[in-house]
Amino acid sequence: MELAPERDRPRTLVLGIGNILWADEGFGVRAVEAFHRRFRTPDGVALLDGGTQGLYLVQHVTDADRLLVFDAIDYGLEPGTLRLVEGDAAPRFMGVKKLSLHQTGFQEVLSAADLLGRYPREIALIGCQPLDLEDWGGPLTAPVAARIEPALALARAVLRNWGVEVVPREVGEDEPALLGNDLDISAFERRQARG
Amino acid sequence: MTIQTPNGFSLDNAGKRIVVDPVTRIEGHLRVEVNVDEGAVIRNAVSTGTMWRGIEVILKGRDPRDAWAFTERICGVCTGTHALTSVRAVEDALAIKIPENANTIRNIMQLTLQAHDHLVHFYHLHALDWVDVVSALKADPKATSALAQSISPWPLSSPGYFKDIQGRLTRFVESGQLGPFKNGYWGSPAYKLPPEANLMAVAHYLEALDFQKEIVKIHTIYGGKNPHPNWLVGGVPCAINVDGTGAVGAVNMERLNTVSEIIDRTSDFINQVYLPDLMAIASFYKDWLYGGGLSSTCVMSYGDIPEHANDYSDKSLKLPRGAIVGGNLAEVLPIDLRNPEEIQEYVVHSWYKYPDETKGLHPWDGVTEPNFALGPATKGTRTNIEELDESAKYSFIKAPRWKGHAMEVGPLARWVIGYAQGKPEFKEPVEKVLTDLGLPVTALFSTLGRTAARGLEAQWAAGQLRYFQDKLIATIKAGDSSTANTDKWRPETWPADARGVGFSEAPRGALGHWIRIKDQKIDNYQCIVPTTWNGSPRDPKGNIGAFEASLLNTPMADPNQPLEIIRTLHSFDPCLACSTHVMSPDGQEMTTVQVR
Repeated sequence: MELAPERDRPRTLVLGIGNILWADEGFGVRAVEAFHRRFRTPDGVALLDGGTQGLYLVQHVTDADRLLVFDAIDYGLEPGTLRLVEGDAAPRFMGVKKLSLHQTGFQEVLSAADLLGRYPREIALIGCQPLDLEDWGGPLTAPVAARIEPALALARAVLRNWGVEVVPREVGEDEPALLGNDLDISAFERRQARG
Repeated sequence: MTIQTPNGFSLDNAGKRIVVDPVTRIEGHLRVEVNVDEGAVIRNAVSTGTMWRGIEVILKGRDPRDAWAFTERICGVCTGTHALTSVRAVEDALAIKIPENANTIRNIMQLTLQAHDHLVHFYHLHALDWVDVVSALKADPKATSALAQSISPWPLSSPGYFKDIQGRLTRFVESGQLGPFKNGYWGSPAYKLPPEANLMAVAHYLEALDFQKEIVKIHTIYGGKNPHPNWLVGGVPCAINVDGTGAVGAVNMERLNTVSEIIDRTSDFINQVYLPDLMAIASFYKDWLYGGGLSSTCVMSYGDIPEHANDYSDKSLKLPRGAIVGGNLAEVLPIDLRNPEEIQEYVVHSWYKYPDETKGLHPWDGVTEPNFALGPATKGTRTNIEELDESAKYSFIKAPRWKGHAMEVGPLARWVIGYAQGKPEFKEPVEKVLTDLGLPVTALFSTLGRTAARGLEAQWAAGQLRYFQDKLIATIKAGDSSTANTDKWRPETWPADARGVGFSEAPRGALGHWIRIKDQKIDNYQCIVPTTWNGSPRDPKGNIGAFEASLLNTPMADPNQPLEIIRTLHSFDPCLACSTHVMSPDGQEMTTVQVR
């Protein structure tokens, strides 16, 4: 495995993957969306809603020295179980079982980055066990929605461990949402609330 | 039992059944079952989408101006083309005119997607159906260099370069982590390339993986971000500001120059890497001309890339529009996406319910009500189907028909239509490829022809990118920097009832969105995507769709290694995400093959 070249300031990518149209499959994107709403990040840290871009995410991965991924992962545990997996173990969890619209298992994206000779030095995966992937257009289920907050705390701790400090935003700080056009979580889920 | 289909095919399901599930390298929800005779020739084919789709469920009641953002999320591959089709549908419904620059920029976005998608498809989703990665380990780097230099001036071609690539590949294979190469049938007798051609192709696989990121920077510049670029009903959401004093993020001269430079490099890559590789690979497969299916009889294109803003006439569309039926290349028929008698979707073999399933429904009147039921001859259980019963319902894909005909859509359809119309920009490149390979025009109607058409279209798209980028710069220099029309932005200006249709030519074929707007909200939204056309099941009359037709009469070198099936289906660049939706909560497994 070839590692990314040393840089003066390492680049960090916080990536959420999954399809927001499929209930809990949207966990990764909803987590990075919430992370963006909650925290201000220093220079050298990029946040990305990766959706279901599969192989097209390879350039974002090869560009990163440190990669933190949020995703819905089937660990075969209780729905809503949150797990942090770091280092070489992480890719195994991202390819064993491909979830729905991830057209390429993320493991294959990491393999492709490896083939290109630029692999992140640090990888952490914050995965949440989904309950329902079949509710087309549905919201995150309650056990998964409840894990967004703990996932943010976990992400902050991982980043701190890497020497990256994120700062909570001020109350009323006006920052454009990561997802617009009625796709942000409250607009997207208002229909379900309405019944 | 042998069945004759009305569209001219002979089906016999008596022989051994082979199940391939899933088929796509990038997309997991297509399954195919075939029957082979004693000579291992395919005599029956059953293509099924194993997911249910229902974008209309999500869009009903939402603001039509946001529909593009939702449709962009249906699929991870053709995000922008869904968005483009959606804004066109809304503009059609509300009679919104867009400025000339908006049309030009949309064309650049769409052509960028064509060039990018075709390149990625060829190298990363399809090349390994022709290229044996493991054989590349045996290549002589010096001979590989000589081969590469004999077909292209591309500078990365030294023996040392290929030796380095081979070393990297060897380490990768030896580590046991085959990654993107793990689904191959390495060593199959169906692979025909010498080791050197395999090594050259693998090197270019890696180069293309690295280069593709440059192409999508165009989407970032005109779409604000990538992935998931921004779109706008009424124009494009990017301001133009050439003197550099306006809003942050506006397109300035520096960014226009960046786009120009990327277009040149894209063109070089396609001309010096993609097309020479395509021709080199094709030269070893000249006698493998299977997979034509419907392409020699029924093809259709909605057309795209309007020269002039708001002019969607046949004359304005640079990608041709029309239909050919019965193999009559002398007549390209006009098509009308609004006519309720032309495009209709049937569900007699699909897992949906209609009040009367002998009839088709035009998408404005479309109904998407799931009805998962299996026929009596099904083997296995509802959750673990071993063999489908194609005499009953067998797919989550509907069966769209044009005037009752099953049609093939996609690059080959577009190029056959352009060729039939005698347009030199289509006819001449096709003739040159055929001449260079020493093949007759009938060779076009094949898996190889589909793959070649995609390459020619990538080259065409790069040329058109240059044309529209120059046009944009000229218009801006003449003082017109308008990119959006907001006259009808406010819902109060809309009629209480409206309906519209938007169309485009996605990389993999004709794409249509049909919308009904009622009281400023979406009332019905139906998409017919290219893979719905190509992957459709049978209709009430028994006509088979393009995938099924393309597999018939193909001999298999080894039925345990269904490389020929995968090669032909991949040549359509199938994209199941938007044609269907997940059925099994178990997710997808690695490609499995069962021979029964």
